[in-house]
Amino acid sequence: MNKVFSVIESTCIPIDIDNCNTDLIIPARYLSSTTRDPKFFGEAFMHDLRFDAEGKAVHDFVMNKEEFCEAPREGVHEIIVAGQNWGSGSSREHAAWAIAGYGVRVVISSSFADIHRNNLLNCFVLPVIVSPDFQQELFDSIQADAQTQVRVDLPSQTVTNLATGHSERFPINGYKKYCLMHGLDDIDFLLESLQKNPLPPTAAV
Amino acid sequence: MKTLFDKIWDAHVVQNVPDGPTQLYIDRLYLHEVTSPQAFDTLRDKGIGVLRPQQIFAMPDHNTPSQVTEPSLTMAGSCTPVGLKQIETLKANCTEFGIRHFAMGTPDNGIIHVVGPEKGLSLPGMTIVCGDSHTSTHGAVGAIAMGIGTSEVAQVLASQCILQQKPKTMRINIEGTLAPGVTAKDVALYIMAQMTTSGATGYAVEYAGSAIRNMSMEGRLTLSNLSIEMGSRAGLIAPDETTFAYLKGREYAPKGDAWDKAVAEWSQLHSDADAVFDKEVTYRAEDIAPRITFGTNPGEGIAVDEVIPEQQDAASLAYMGFAPGQRLLGMPVDYVFLGACTNGRIEDFRAFVSVVKGRQKAPNVVAWLVPGSWAVRQQIIDEGIDKILEEAGFELRLPSCSACLAMNPDKVPAGKLCISTSNRNFIGRQGPGARTILASPLTVAACAVTGVITDVRELK
Repeated sequence: MNKVFSVIESTCIPIDIDNCNTDLIIPARYLSSTTRDPKFFGEAFMHDLRFDAEGKAVHDFVMNKEEFCEAPREGVHEIIVAGQNWGSGSSREHAAWAIAGYGVRVVISSSFADIHRNNLLNCFVLPVIVSPDFQQELFDSIQADAQTQVRVDLPSQTVTNLATGHSERFPINGYKKYCLMHGLDDIDFLLESLQKNPLPPTAAV
Repeated sequence: MKTLFDKIWDAHVVQNVPDGPTQLYIDRLYLHEVTSPQAFDTLRDKGIGVLRPQQIFAMPDHNTPSQVTEPSLTMAGSCTPVGLKQIETLKANCTEFGIRHFAMGTPDNGIIHVVGPEKGLSLPGMTIVCGDSHTSTHGAVGAIAMGIGTSEVAQVLASQCILQQKPKTMRINIEGTLAPGVTAKDVALYIMAQMTTSGATGYAVEYAGSAIRNMSMEGRLTLSNLSIEMGSRAGLIAPDETTFAYLKGREYAPKGDAWDKAVAEWSQLHSDADAVFDKEVTYRAEDIAPRITFGTNPGEGIAVDEVIPEQQDAASLAYMGFAPGQRLLGMPVDYVFLGACTNGRIEDFRAFVSVVKGRQKAPNVVAWLVPGSWAVRQQIIDEGIDKILEEAGFELRLPSCSACLAMNPDKVPAGKLCISTSNRNFIGRQGPGARTILASPLTVAACAVTGVITDVRELK
């Protein structure tokens, strides 16, 4: 996993599904694993929309279309443009592992479910919140030209639709931005904090 | 002028990180087998231990089978192989790190969100987290309880703290008296239909108003449980006499003088009269009827006797095989499911038998009745509810998350229609291709004896 984040310029996969819950992002049967293998979870990403009951590709689904089926690599399909309320429902971090494991580094939406948004950040996938108008324009641009490039600049907190030149600033707190730009985990921050300020004792239950 | 949420939050702030989240102290971490294995791996990677194992309780629930099957006739032998591996991994991790573990098939075991309150492990004023979105359940006792991801589980194991952005606050008031046949589940399904499944995203919700004050503890747990289905990570209810009566004498609740002292402190846990919420909404209890869902998110619901409104999400209705303008009353159902962290408590089973007593299970229906814990199962037997169920043609199963999420052997077959007391009607949630209608235990019971979607108020 590439943990250090700066500027990403890439084509996108448009997943125009509102309220796409984490059960759709990764079905529960893939949760019975004790592995951390990104490949395992990457293959399960959007599985039941990508494949039918016999395991055959569902051709209508966007990720199976010729222009979007290529697996992400640098500059290609590293960004998902998603419908509103992306990642609702179950808290399963496996959904973020699936997105990261597939090779995606940025998810752009007009809104994210709270728990999933945190999970993405903890997996070094950047959730970018944009206005509904900007989101729609992205969908339109990608529909018109699947090669549409989007630039996500974390240091300046801007996202740019390179087809139209339109930009928006996206929110992220300074702490998390620093973590992403330097590949730092929350757990390391917490352990360091406890070294400096130990917690008071507490009664056992 | 503080809200209940603010009072508990402020008492747990370790530090506010500059231009960042809050480092929040956590009183209680619950673990289950699905979202914890990789968190323990993180500890091993970093060569660190669990900071405060005495504040952590673990139990398998998602993968445990709700019945024992051939050839072994044991619970372990009735798990799926990968499910059993997770269950055994949880046990091994708890042994290695010194965490109390309520093993599969033992009297302490059950669904975390049923067991926690039932054992007095979830108490007013606490911060409670678990790698499960329905952790919001525990907020019903007057606690901040939130679902978290596995990275955050590792953080709490290592530091007993979590980094969280403070949510905004919302109060939802339900004023008035709920009509007969209307339960806490219907209240929650009604709120979701009003607010949509993202209506409370970014907020912690407090439920208040006369209908909540008059609601049983089991009902409150059901309501808080479903907070996440409107996008809210936390759903709180101020503790009162109902809360204290429920908790008193529970295994891990304070005893003697400590109990009296605790009640005095807990009595301060309410939103001040002049507290200001970022958002406040009020609904009338009289407007709420028994509810069913018709789509593939819990906000897509109607009163049981209404028709599906126009202008619905076409993909959702296509999956369900329903159409706008259609009335669902009278439609045959294939499966009924009573259970889950939403409705697997003793009151839910009492409600179910109040309807099925003296009637017979419809022959076209497969019924899965799954207690939320071994303690609930024992109480069902002690109260003779199992006998009533048996006479009505039903079988009581073993405690499990069961058909809520298709991880264990209980999967609804593709295309089949299940009316369910669980919490999510998502595409494939109860099994690939399975179709789910969410409803209360009363409505599910009515459907179980008629074999069709039924208005429990008409069943007399």
